[in-house]
Amino acid sequence: MTTKSKTAAREAKGRPLAFDQIRVKPGGPRYTLRLYVAGMKPRSARAIANIKEICEEHLRGLYVLEVIDIYQQPALAAGDQIIAVPTLLKKLTPPLRRLIGDLSDRERVLVGLDLKAKT
Amino acid sequence: MKNHKPNRHLRPISQRISVLSKAPTGIRGLDELTEGGLPKGRPTLLCGSAGCGKTLLAMEFLVRGAQDFAEPGVFMAFEESTWELTQNFASLGHDLRALVADKKLVLDFVHIEPSEIEETGDYDLEGLFVRLGQAIDSIGAKRVVLDTVEALFSGLSNTAVLRAELRRLFRWLKEKGVTAIITGERGENSLTRYGLEEYVADCVIVLDHRVEGQMATRRLRIVKYRGSTHGTSEYPFLIDEGGISILPITSMGLTHEAGTERVSSGVSRLDAMMSGKGYYRGSSVLVSGTAGSGKTSLAAHFAFAATARGERCLWFAFEESESQIIRNMRSIGLDLEPAVRGGILRIHAERPTICGLEMHLVTIHKLVNEFKPRVVVIDPVSNFAALGSDAQVRAMMTRLIDFFKMQRITALITTLTGGSTLVEAVEAGVSSLMDAWLLLRDVQNGAERNRVLHLVKSRGMAHSNQVREFLLTDHGVEMRDVYAGPSGALLAGSARDALEAREKAEALVREQETDGTKRALERRRQAMEAQIAALRAEFEVGQVEATKTIGQDQTRGGVLASDRMEMARLRQSDAGAARKVLKHKRGAPS
Repeated sequence: MTTKSKTAAREAKGRPLAFDQIRVKPGGPRYTLRLYVAGMKPRSARAIANIKEICEEHLRGLYVLEVIDIYQQPALAAGDQIIAVPTLLKKLTPPLRRLIGDLSDRERVLVGLDLKAKT
Repeated sequence: MKNHKPNRHLRPISQRISVLSKAPTGIRGLDELTEGGLPKGRPTLLCGSAGCGKTLLAMEFLVRGAQDFAEPGVFMAFEESTWELTQNFASLGHDLRALVADKKLVLDFVHIEPSEIEETGDYDLEGLFVRLGQAIDSIGAKRVVLDTVEALFSGLSNTAVLRAELRRLFRWLKEKGVTAIITGERGENSLTRYGLEEYVADCVIVLDHRVEGQMATRRLRIVKYRGSTHGTSEYPFLIDEGGISILPITSMGLTHEAGTERVSSGVSRLDAMMSGKGYYRGSSVLVSGTAGSGKTSLAAHFAFAATARGERCLWFAFEESESQIIRNMRSIGLDLEPAVRGGILRIHAERPTICGLEMHLVTIHKLVNEFKPRVVVIDPVSNFAALGSDAQVRAMMTRLIDFFKMQRITALITTLTGGSTLVEAVEAGVSSLMDAWLLLRDVQNGAERNRVLHLVKSRGMAHSNQVREFLLTDHGVEMRDVYAGPSGALLAGSARDALEAREKAEALVREQETDGTKRALERRRQAMEAQIAALRAEFEVGQVEATKTIGQDQTRGGVLASDRMEMARLRQSDAGAARKVLKHKRGAPS
C-alpha cells in the first residue's frame, strides 16, 4: 500500500468516508479481509453471514474475503496472532485491524472497517 | 449389628489415591521448599509485582525441565517477543535457541495490540487454545508457561468472556496433563490484578521485591499448595549468572551431629588453652574485640592452619580487599597467597552495604555450596548490624550458624565491639549461639595499650580460665602469660616487662646474698682448714724434733756405750768384748 492511501485512511478517521470516493479509484479490490472461525459452530456461521452481508452492502467489488478455520490451518492463525475467534482481520486497507466477535454489532464493524467514524 | 465385616471401602488413603506427584523445578532451593517441585499436571500461579523475577523463574522451570528432566516445555509470552526472551536469557547463560532447535522448547509470542482490536460481538478464546495445543503437541510438551495471561485483559474488554475462558483454559491445561506456571501481576488488594487466584487453586507462589532501608531483597513465599506440605515463610532468593537460587534458610533445627574431632586454632598456645587440641570441628567460634585488637590476625592464623592441613577455606571479608588481607597478614609472617593461588583458600571481599542481610545470607550459602569449604571465616560480622534490627541480625546469625553446623563447617566469626564499658554484654545475643568465644581486649597501662585474650567460653572441653597477653609479632601471634599486679590489676606490655625486670633484679640480689653466705662459709672453712694445717704443721715440727731427740738419745746411748768400751779398751780390761761391740756398730745402719 502506498503512503498516500495511509494518509487518506488516517484523514478518514475524522469523518465518514464517502463510499463513492473509494469506488471511483481504479485498481481492483482494496479490502483484503480474512475471517478466522473455529469450526462450523453457530457463532462461526453467524460471523460469516454477517461479514458477507456487510461487504456486499458496502464494499461490493472492492474486497477479497477469505474464511479460515483455525482447526484446519492453525499455523496461519498463529502467524496472524489470532487469539479470539471469530476474528475478522482487516489486512488491507491499513491500518491493520482485528474485529473480534461474531460481527453482529454492525456499528462497530463499520467503524472497524473505517467505513464509519467512531462516535 | 450387621456390620461385622470390615468395610471394604475404607482402605488407607494411600491405597485409594496416589500421593500427589510433583514436577521438580530444578531451581536451587525451590524443590526443597515445595518438597519435590510443583504439582505435576496442574497449573501453578506465580504472582508478583513488576521486575520481581516471575518470567525468569518460569523460564528456568522450563529450561531445567527440558535439560534435566526430559520434559519439553512451551513458553507462551504475552509481553516479550521470542527474540527479546532469547536475548535476555542468553545473558543468564541459557541458550534458548539451541533448546528450540532440539525441539525441547517452544517459544511463542502472543502479541495483543489493543489499538487494533474492535469488539463486534460474541467470541471465545479458541484461537489461544488451538495455538497452545498445537505448540504442546509439536514437541510433546509436559510443561507450559503462560507469561502473563493477564495481558489479555488489556486487549479484550469483555471480562465476563475472559474469565469464563480462563477458567476453561486452566481446566483444559489440567486435562492435557501439563504442569503449568501462570504468571500474574500483583494487584492492590488481591494476589493478582484480575483475580487469577480464583481459577488456579492448586499452588500459589508469590514473589516480592521489597526495599527496606535502601536495600532491595527479592523474596518468595508459597501461599498455598493444595495436597502438600511446604515451607511457609518468606524466603529470599538471588538472581545471578547461574539463574535463580532460593534458599530455605529458616533455622533447620538442632539436629546436627557433634563430633569429637578437633582442629587447631593455628596458635599453639591458644590450642594449649583448650586442652591442647583447639576447637571442635564443626563448631562456631566467635572472636570479639575492640578495634585493632587482632581479630583478623587470629582469623588468619586459623585459615592458614586449615590450608596447611589441606582443608579448603572460604573467607568472607567485609572490610578489607583480598590483596589487603594478604599484604597485612604477610606483616605478621603469614603468607596466604600460595593458598589463594592454589585454589584452597578463597577470599570473597564485599562491602556489607552492597545488599540486604538476606542477600548476604544467600550469597554465603551459594558460595559455600559451590566451594565446599571445611573452614569458613567471616570477618567481621558486626557490619551487618547496620543492615537490620538486632532481631533480624540475630535471626540471620542463627540461620548462618545452623547452616555451617549442618555442613560440619568450622566457622570463625569475628565481631567488632565498641571500646566502651561492658564488652561481654554487647555480644550476648550472638554469643549464646556460639560454641567458643574468644574475647580480645585492650588493657591500658600507663601510657600504652596492650592486647589481652580471654577464652570466655568453649563448650564441651576443659579450657584455661586465664587471661593471656596477645602479641602480634613478625612471626605471627604469640601468647604470653599475664602478670597480675599486687592490686589484682592486669599487667601487660611494658608494665609487665618492668615487673619482670624488677623481679629479675630481686632474684639477682637474692642470688648475690646467697653467694655471699656461701663465700663466708667457704672462708670459714678455709680458715678452719688453715688452722688445721697450722696445727698439723706444728705437730709435725714437734714430731720431727721429738724424733730427732729420740735419735740423739739413741746415738747418745750408743756413743756412751762405745765410749764406755773405748774406755774399757783403753783401760785394756776385757779387750775382746770391746772389739766385738765396735764391729757390730759399724756394719749396721744407724
